[in-house]
Amino acid sequence: MPVPELKVPATLARVLGKLPATPPVWGMVRMLNLLAARGILPVDHGLLAGRQFCIRVLDAGISLHFASDGSRFVASHADTPPDLLLAADLADFARLMLREEDPDTLFFNRRLRIEGDTELGLTVKNLLDSVDWQHTPLARFMAV
Amino acid sequence: MPLPELVCPAGSLPSLKAAVDNGADCVYFGLKNDTNARNFAGLNFDDKTASEGIRYARAKGVKTLLAINTFAQQADSARWQRAVDEAAGLGVDAVILADFGLLDYASRRYPQLRLHLSVQGSASNYEAVNLAQQLFGVQRAVLPRVLTLAQVEQVIANTNVEIEVFGFGSLCVMAEGRCLLSSYATGQSPNTHGVCSPARFVRWEEGAHGMDARLNGILIDRYAPEEPSGYPTLCKGRFEVEGSTGYALEEPTSLNVLPLLPELLRIGVAAIKVEGRQRSPAYVAQVTRVLRQALDKAAQGGQYADPLAMATLGKLSEGQQVTLGAYNRPWK
Repeated sequence: MPVPELKVPATLARVLGKLPATPPVWGMVRMLNLLAARGILPVDHGLLAGRQFCIRVLDAGISLHFASDGSRFVASHADTPPDLLLAADLADFARLMLREEDPDTLFFNRRLRIEGDTELGLTVKNLLDSVDWQHTPLARFMAV
Repeated sequence: MPLPELVCPAGSLPSLKAAVDNGADCVYFGLKNDTNARNFAGLNFDDKTASEGIRYARAKGVKTLLAINTFAQQADSARWQRAVDEAAGLGVDAVILADFGLLDYASRRYPQLRLHLSVQGSASNYEAVNLAQQLFGVQRAVLPRVLTLAQVEQVIANTNVEIEVFGFGSLCVMAEGRCLLSSYATGQSPNTHGVCSPARFVRWEEGAHGMDARLNGILIDRYAPEEPSGYPTLCKGRFEVEGSTGYALEEPTSLNVLPLLPELLRIGVAAIKVEGRQRSPAYVAQVTRVLRQALDKAAQGGQYADPLAMATLGKLSEGQQVTLGAYNRPWK
């Protein structure tokens, strides 16, 4: 089922923007590390060590800061300047993760912003593309 | 009349599977190094993923082609030869080569290995195609995207080498294999390093006026907010020429031959290629599905370029626009 054309309502975004970002960052970092430990996410931390990432969900008004410590992903302070910033609305991030849209398409459409180290951005994009969901329980949610 | 083969790109195993599952006849891919012209960080195949991909494709009757389409550099030409060795070892159905020295190596070392002349080989007339056949036994040539439909037809009429043409994807105006433009800004070009506008030289910066694209510090384009963008290549940048600023060489655009499918069938192209090994599985799946349906419909005389198909391809296109490119040059 395609991701519906929804935007996070501005009133909700104002509330979300005031909440601490730490719990969602912890959740995401734990999930990434779990996927890596199970061999689903073929991450090479040698390529990412010490690099700071920021995922900014524009319509929800939240920014998730995290980094690689050389062996796993860890949450970072919000004031750490990111090496790579990815910014999009929540629905577009969902479309990316579910392989409904490809990042170049969203970038050409100006719905995805990539700032900072472009090569690091490509490394991350290609890492996500190379995940083979076919043999995981998440496969049924994937558009491809 | 046999249908042209649909040849689809794969930068990763999930993309390869997406191509196979959505109706490709052939999938092409590259190794994780500068022996192929999409040498991007984290993209492409190692031995393990290549073997799995080949197994997956073969099980569904889909051929696999390995692109080794950059030019061997003097300092380490053995790396390109090793790539050919690896292709032979993996058992791909063909290798796509551009370098004549490498074609010679492959044809002598592996006489049974099927050879395709890459678009980077820059054969734009039938004499060049036939020479590659005489010298190396090349069985298929991919034509550069600079020929008109009539010129493609003339090549096909004068050779028994199979002819493959581009059907969809981000468009270059260059005669492939002859472009050094990126070198002027970065010191690297597709021919030498397997990538034009290497990512480490690219910076996108959002500002009040919109988004700036810089290549090695050089401002090559500035997009207004909401304005569709393209890849950060010099050829598609906007520059000031004689007092006016605009696209000096080419607008960001993608080739789309859907409206010409019956013509391509009529003149007897052997294969239609989709560009985009750098794209994601979502792109591969959508383009493969649309072209598979269009080819099958065109073969049956049906509606092959319906609005939905054109819209799907348009959305995936660079700069959100498509062109017939050089195929359509009515004045020539």
